[in-house]
Amino acid sequence: MTLKLDAKVPAGPMAEKWDRHRFEMKLVNPANKRKHRIIVVGSGLAGASAAATLSELGYKVSCFCFQDSPRRAHSIAAQGGINAAKNYRNDGDSVQRLFYDTVKGGDFRSREANVYRLAQVSVDIIDQCVAQGVPFAREYGGLLANRSFGGAQVSRTFYARGQTGQQLLLGAYQALEKEIARGGVTMFERHEMLELVVIDGKARGIIVRDLISGEIESHAADAVILATGGYGNVFYLSTNAKGCNVTATYRAHRKGAAFANPCFTQIHPTCIPVSGEYQSKLTLMSESLRNDGRVWVPKRREDCAKNPADIPEADRDYYLERKYPSFGNLSPRDIASRAAKEACDDGRGVGPGGRGVYLDFADAIARLGRHTIEERYGNLFEMYQRITDEDPYTRPMRIYPAVHYTMGGLWVDYNLMSSIPGLHVLGEANFSDHGANRLGASALMQGLADGYYVIPYTIGDYLASNKLEPVSTDHPEFAAARQAVEDRTNRLLSVKGTRTVDSFHRELGKILWDKCGMARSAEGLREALEEIPKLRAEFWRDVKVPGTGAELNQSLEKAGRVADFLEFAELMCLDALHREESCGGHFRVEHQTSDGEAKRNDEQFAYVAAWEYAGEGKPPVLNKEPLTFENVHLSTRSYK
Amino acid sequence: MSATDTASGAARPAAAAHGTPMTLKLHVWRQAGAGVPGRMVDYEAKDISPEMSFLEMLDVVNEGLIEAGDDPIAFDHDCREGICGSCGLMINGSAHGPMKLTTACQLHMRSFADGDEIYIEPWRAKAFPVVKDLIVDRSSLDRIIQSGGYISAATGSAQDANALPIPKHAADLAMDNAECIGCGACVAACPNASASLFTGAKIAHLSALPQGQPERQKRALAMVETMDLEGFGSCTLHGECQEACPKGITLDAIMQMNQDYIVASAKKVEGRA
Amino acid sequence: MGVLQRFWASTIGKKVVMAVTGIILVGFVFLHMAGNLQMFLGAHVMDRYAAFLKSSMELLWILRITLLVAVVLHIISAYQLTMINRRARPAGYAKHELAAATWASRSMRVGGVLLAVFIVYHLLHFTTGTLHPAFSHTAVYGNVILGFRSPWIVAFYVVAMAFLGLHLFHGVWSAFRTLGVAKPSPAPLHRRVALVVAVVVWAGFTVIPVAVLLGILQ
Ligand SMILES: Cc1cc2nc3c(=O)[nH]c(=O)nc-3n(C[C@H](O)[C@H](O)[C@H](O)COP(=O)(O)OP(=O)(O)OC[C@H]3O[C@@H](n4cnc5c(N)ncnc54)[C@H](O)[C@@H]3O)c2cc1C
Ligand code: HEM
Ligand code: HEM
Ligand code: SF4
Ligand code: F3S
Ligand code: FES
Repeated sequence: MTLKLDAKVPAGPMAEKWDRHRFEMKLVNPANKRKHRIIVVGSGLAGASAAATLSELGYKVSCFCFQDSPRRAHSIAAQGGINAAKNYRNDGDSVQRLFYDTVKGGDFRSREANVYRLAQVSVDIIDQCVAQGVPFAREYGGLLANRSFGGAQVSRTFYARGQTGQQLLLGAYQALEKEIARGGVTMFERHEMLELVVIDGKARGIIVRDLISGEIESHAADAVILATGGYGNVFYLSTNAKGCNVTATYRAHRKGAAFANPCFTQIHPTCIPVSGEYQSKLTLMSESLRNDGRVWVPKRREDCAKNPADIPEADRDYYLERKYPSFGNLSPRDIASRAAKEACDDGRGVGPGGRGVYLDFADAIARLGRHTIEERYGNLFEMYQRITDEDPYTRPMRIYPAVHYTMGGLWVDYNLMSSIPGLHVLGEANFSDHGANRLGASALMQGLADGYYVIPYTIGDYLASNKLEPVSTDHPEFAAARQAVEDRTNRLLSVKGTRTVDSFHRELGKILWDKCGMARSAEGLREALEEIPKLRAEFWRDVKVPGTGAELNQSLEKAGRVADFLEFAELMCLDALHREESCGGHFRVEHQTSDGEAKRNDEQFAYVAAWEYAGEGKPPVLNKEPLTFENVHLSTRSYK
Repeated sequence: MSATDTASGAARPAAAAHGTPMTLKLHVWRQAGAGVPGRMVDYEAKDISPEMSFLEMLDVVNEGLIEAGDDPIAFDHDCREGICGSCGLMINGSAHGPMKLTTACQLHMRSFADGDEIYIEPWRAKAFPVVKDLIVDRSSLDRIIQSGGYISAATGSAQDANALPIPKHAADLAMDNAECIGCGACVAACPNASASLFTGAKIAHLSALPQGQPERQKRALAMVETMDLEGFGSCTLHGECQEACPKGITLDAIMQMNQDYIVASAKKVEGRA
Repeated sequence: MGVLQRFWASTIGKKVVMAVTGIILVGFVFLHMAGNLQMFLGAHVMDRYAAFLKSSMELLWILRITLLVAVVLHIISAYQLTMINRRARPAGYAKHELAAATWASRSMRVGGVLLAVFIVYHLLHFTTGTLHPAFSHTAVYGNVILGFRSPWIVAFYVVAMAFLGLHLFHGVWSAFRTLGVAKPSPAPLHRRVALVVAVVVWAGFTVIPVAVLLGILQ
């Protein structure tokens, strides 16, 4: 059976859809709200904002995260900023322009209506955060400051030094803690979701493992929200935190939730290059650096080994400024990353292994003075120096692209509900708003839009318009899901092989980076589709997980996540192989223009690829949600 | 366990110069679970590159332990970029190790030299019970926030963000204190296991902003009293917390907390708070 | 009322009590030091001063009671906080490097106890004369000269004064931060005022027994 994907986009002109929909949606009366329990998996920007807001509305909320505190969700790491169409700069910004930039930035592979709504609520987000006490950067006059981000020609990015994500998350976290104290939210830290429970076709609960006692618990509810973040860690090396995983969403996928555009991953152009085998994660240098930093490599290969200071201006190739004069160093991420790869493939890369390009602040420091640069990027410069032991004030930074964000995710309709009724998906975990490439500072915006302003309305509509029989955790479906989790855990522990979980994860990461990374070819993807199942088989034959399931066991946690990555990776490559076009972060070498730019194929691929799980060992089924563009007309993306 | 003062790392980043692999002698606290006795166990960390982060060094040790069929060393970590506050290790008697303004995950092995001895212990405080090995339970910090570390502003109730200008210096002061990552190093470093720097940082953040004023007194009273109830010590101004704090929060945060608490109590006497 | 109980129950409340009483004690110590230094102006001056102090017994007793209450409260809060802080870290570290704590900050408790002992001895020495070889209720100057005949007693005073200096080096600085009235500083650990106070008090008191022992005063 194939799914019927109904995006449920409201009728009417774009600008009125959301207002009209808010009016048309059913409401749950205040007295009944407290009768509904809602499970929120995730305490990042999306999860925390949703949990807090739903509790404020009167719902009973159970919130889960695998860290020891909700405040540690990976949103905390976001550096650069958050977009909003406030037009405080009076530089021609508007909801329409943010909408347009985002659809174009996403290379026309996102759903117009969702993006428009995102742009609409973006302005409220900033108001809400300021009210919570988020200390955004300010001008001397006391008004909010802005900076520019990639893919935009207006200055609409709000920021709090280099820790915007941290400050936004702490705002949401504090609201969440307030609701916990009030009794509206029950928080379950150090609990990992390992299964979704579906009863009578509706999501009614989850199975979690208490990471301290190892106990497997069942939790029932009237609706389930997944806000579990992205799966960039499938590449092993990424800018994501070590714990980021696909488990929650992949388990839901196996229970019937369609997975949309899994191959749409974002490679961020400005990260600190890999320094060795042991490397456990990559560190992002915020895109905001490209406001003042100039990217270049030597014109001549023989100069690469030289000290950058000794390479005269004339021998430097500021390739972004050369190739994309109008956006220059601020061209979108996919383009900047590919350009860096080309330069290095051309043998003009710098640093160890020739896998790096310079990000140079000499001009900015000369123009604005060291102090200003310190104020803007001080903590990033310190981080760079700590990691590389080089001083970016005197020597240009070395940067290289790294896996950063996943545009793909569980398919959701306009109400952020997946193809399983009652299962809602927010934040990076869903596929919704960024198409084939996310613009900088748009993920924080989306996470908070989903959590503060969208789900509170749409989940009410779901609860009000569905008759939900009360279910208890004794229900056979719970028992079955529980059993499945226990069996899986025991299976992992009983292999008792010779190789560590990390060794498998590294190997998987290498396969994906080489064959499903910045440049993909049918040939490479086919190889990957050969290698991944082999690796998976070896994993289940030879993985070594010490300890037991009845204790805090970090190897076991990793093993479970890697086991899911090993299945999911195949879906990614399959998706990448089927999409015979280049768009955004998905670059198929077979499909490029003469000057190496991505070549979209709108006739055949202007759709969302929503993959449906067909059962163990069976190939997943492809469902298509056609994308129509009435307000932004399809054009070749150009930043020249 | 006799203390040795070998790796006072920051003193000699010399090792970094030549990237030659090092061998280190580790003394690590191992404890199977909460409430059961633990002990220091010695390990050898071989071929450690100076470019590795401290946690990557522990990864290498753990890979070895797993392959040898032993139980790997459990330690908290997630972002590994010094922002999530998960990691927290007492390294040679210093919270987060010898390098100032640096979390354990951002500390690099170039801060140590070949042959160094390194003591690795969990945060120690009554309010931070050990969960396993180097992992402690820091939920007491969340409960301090729960008691009042927020501004009550229900979603949707906000006015336009620019409707209330905030002087840059106030916004900067708020940000300085808002940078706290909740790692607990201040508690670990404090001879009295006091959480004053953590609590002070949140109070100072919210007190610096106009939005924070309505709940200012209530907040100070509740947070300080919760901090006491959780079993943290009192502040006798040793200043160790400030030195250990990876985010450079200063004692001024504690002074702000004291001031707000005193004012709040005074107002309470007059029945205003 | 509940408010005051609540205040006293909190660690900050106790600390504030300690700071306020501490400052009262500092005030007394200064006056007392000034008074004592009149030893250098000769017996008659000193004795006149002492007589003047005793001229109004009411005032004297008000002063004495204030001091007594201050010291008692100071000690009680010090004791209670010390216990709370001990309990806050049941298991210690195998290795703990201190980076900022000073000799002074770490010796407050020991030093405090020593000061308590000193004060008791001191009262028996110069006020009641119980432990004085040849005590006269009127000849204070003489009391001091005779009182410091023994090098042991002088040594004890000198040590006690050293601890007082240390106590104040930390105390005077921390008191103002405890009360939240110090001015914010980029380097909060710097403490010029406290240093001056400590040195002055230490020197101002120490000179007398030393001078007597060296025969400068006689
Ligand atoms: C280094 C870095 C910098 C970035 N900078 C920016 C920026 O400047 N601007 C911008 O807009 N975006 C930025 N992004 C992207 C943005 O931060 C993320 O996309 C966004 O924060 C995701 O938020 P989220 O709430 O969806 O997920 P997360 O914040 O990742 O939260 C996931 C939550 O789910 C929980 N969870 C996950 N799996 C499970 C499970 N199986 N069981 C239980 N709980 C689970 C976790 O505990 C966590 O609480 C950046 C990303 C990175 C990595
Ligand atoms: C009588 C016996 C005394 C004892 C047991 C005692 C003990 C203490 C202790 C334990 C502290 C806390 C130290 C800290 O906060 O780190 C303290 C603080 C202080 N003491 Fe004493 N002390 C005594 C006498 C004195 C005297 C005689 C003076 C003044 C001359 C004094 C002045 C102070 C001051 C100013 C503080 C600082 C309070 C604060 O930090 O807020 N103390 N004392
Ligand atoms: C070397 C230094 C000191 C000398 C020479 C000295 C001398 C004296 C003398 C002569 C008296 C008796 C005065 C009288 O009865 O008229 C006295 C009383 C007293 N001194 Fe000192 N003193 C010294 C240091 C101190 C210190 C450091 C303290 C407190 C910390 C202190 C506290 C007192 C008190 C409380 C009294 C009793 C006052 C009263 O109530 O009558 N003295 N001292
Ligand atoms: S104040 Fe500093 S040391 Fe304490 S928790 Fe916050 S960041 Fe960590
Ligand atoms: S070290 Fe402890 S005593 Fe106070 S100043 Fe810091 S909390
Ligand atoms: S792991 Fe996040 S701060 Fe160290």
